[in-house]
Amino acid sequence: MRVEVEQPKCVASGQCVLAAPDVFDQDDEGIVEMLTDRPGADRYEDVKEAAALCPAAAIRLVSE
Amino acid sequence: MAEISTVTPSEHLEHPDYPMPRAAGCPFDPPPALLTLQEQKPLARVRIWDGTSPWLVTRYDHMRALLGDARLSADTTNPGYPYRNAAGRAGDQIRRTFLTMDDPEHARLRRMVTAPFAIKNVEALRWSVQTIVDGLIDRLLDGPRPVDLVEAFATPVPSLVICELLGVPYDDHDFFQRNTRVIVRRTSTPEEVVAAQNALVDYLDDLLGDKQARPGEDLLSTLAGQRVDAGQMTRREAAQMGVLLLSAGHETTANMIALGTVALLRHPDQLALLRDTDDPKVVAAAVEELLRYLTIAHSGRRRVALEDIEIDGEVIRAGDGVILAGEAANRDPRVFPDPDRLDVTRDARQHVAFGFGVHQCLGQPLARVELQVVYSTLYSRIRTLELAVDEDQLDYKHDGLVYGVYELPVTW
Ligand code: SF4
Repeated sequence: MRVEVEQPKCVASGQCVLAAPDVFDQDDEGIVEMLTDRPGADRYEDVKEAAALCPAAAIRLVSE
Repeated sequence: MAEISTVTPSEHLEHPDYPMPRAAGCPFDPPPALLTLQEQKPLARVRIWDGTSPWLVTRYDHMRALLGDARLSADTTNPGYPYRNAAGRAGDQIRRTFLTMDDPEHARLRRMVTAPFAIKNVEALRWSVQTIVDGLIDRLLDGPRPVDLVEAFATPVPSLVICELLGVPYDDHDFFQRNTRVIVRRTSTPEEVVAAQNALVDYLDDLLGDKQARPGEDLLSTLAGQRVDAGQMTRREAAQMGVLLLSAGHETTANMIALGTVALLRHPDQLALLRDTDDPKVVAAAVEELLRYLTIAHSGRRRVALEDIEIDGEVIRAGDGVILAGEAANRDPRVFPDPDRLDVTRDARQHVAFGFGVHQCLGQPLARVELQVVYSTLYSRIRTLELAVDEDQLDYKHDGLVYGVYELPVTW
């Protein structure tokens, strides 16, 4: 699974960082940044939660 | 003279009055009529104070879908916007912040103030929040009993924190708390709201002038230096933004602390779970559940449709007002099993207490840290905390923009 983020959509709510801190980070303005776009299978649950919690629909999961 | 139309019983059935009263008894449950609509007519028309009939949305999945839909506008200048009341309309018309703008303007302005609310910046404040909370508890323990927890603790916590973050002198807190209260009170007249709003903006405008001359490390100095001086916004716009940040965290967090305490005292088993843990995960989960269960923003998120929106067999027409009742959505049994039960061990993270979509609360990371620190400290340091009056003597803010108690006399 690959994770994509759309920074222009991000509203800096930080939900993704709380849900999966080893996958998502925020830049100086609070905008989402990826730490890895290919998280291990053990992170899938948290990443899915991050995508579900993101209020701005800025996180997309792409299965490959 | 034109004939005055009367509402026939069937029309009345179709368009119930909103807001609806809570039931006597449990002060935490949403109005029963909201939950009836959720089951029977989840996309309903209601009649509001000005005689218009916006949509009322009560189901969780509808609420998330609509708040995430750019065809719904938060811009109060659009005709059809369902204002809360005449005073709310007066306030919204002079208050221009990103709260009542759509993208791209909303995103441009919001991003100017997101930095301090990023998770790692808020985490860096946790220690100072803890110091503030401990200091206030020390004073409680040294002071007289009973004491009003709202005034002595619940209000000063967010006030001290946001003053520190913004760089506002806490000595002026009486002034801005008084004015903030006028703005959120449902009984304020339009004139009172406009006067309070202007007083706050004037105050912040002066303060921004000081910061331009003598900048510090705080958010207002950053706004004054990096945004106003650089010509990205006028000082007046920065002052309006400052008022928003200063006031937004006050009533909300203060009411979460006070009302949360009432709820926990009424659920001793849940209180014990919180009091006897030192696991931050347990505390964090409890905060989310209390946010869900109490949903203190109880006067509806308000929007207006810019285009026709088809949803679940209904069509919301362009120009229709939409009110989204988060307190009902957060009790939706389709998402939260046994929703009326306060269960601090459940996973409630997907609640909509902070709203949803691009307008979701900017201050939520800070609110979380404040509530985590408070809930994990207050009840364990004052283990015998209890109400100093009968439960039924508590006066609830049915008339407020935010739900809570006016006073909370406690002793230990
Ligand atoms: S949850 Fe979404 S909006 Fe919030 S910081 Fe992450 S990407 Fe941005």
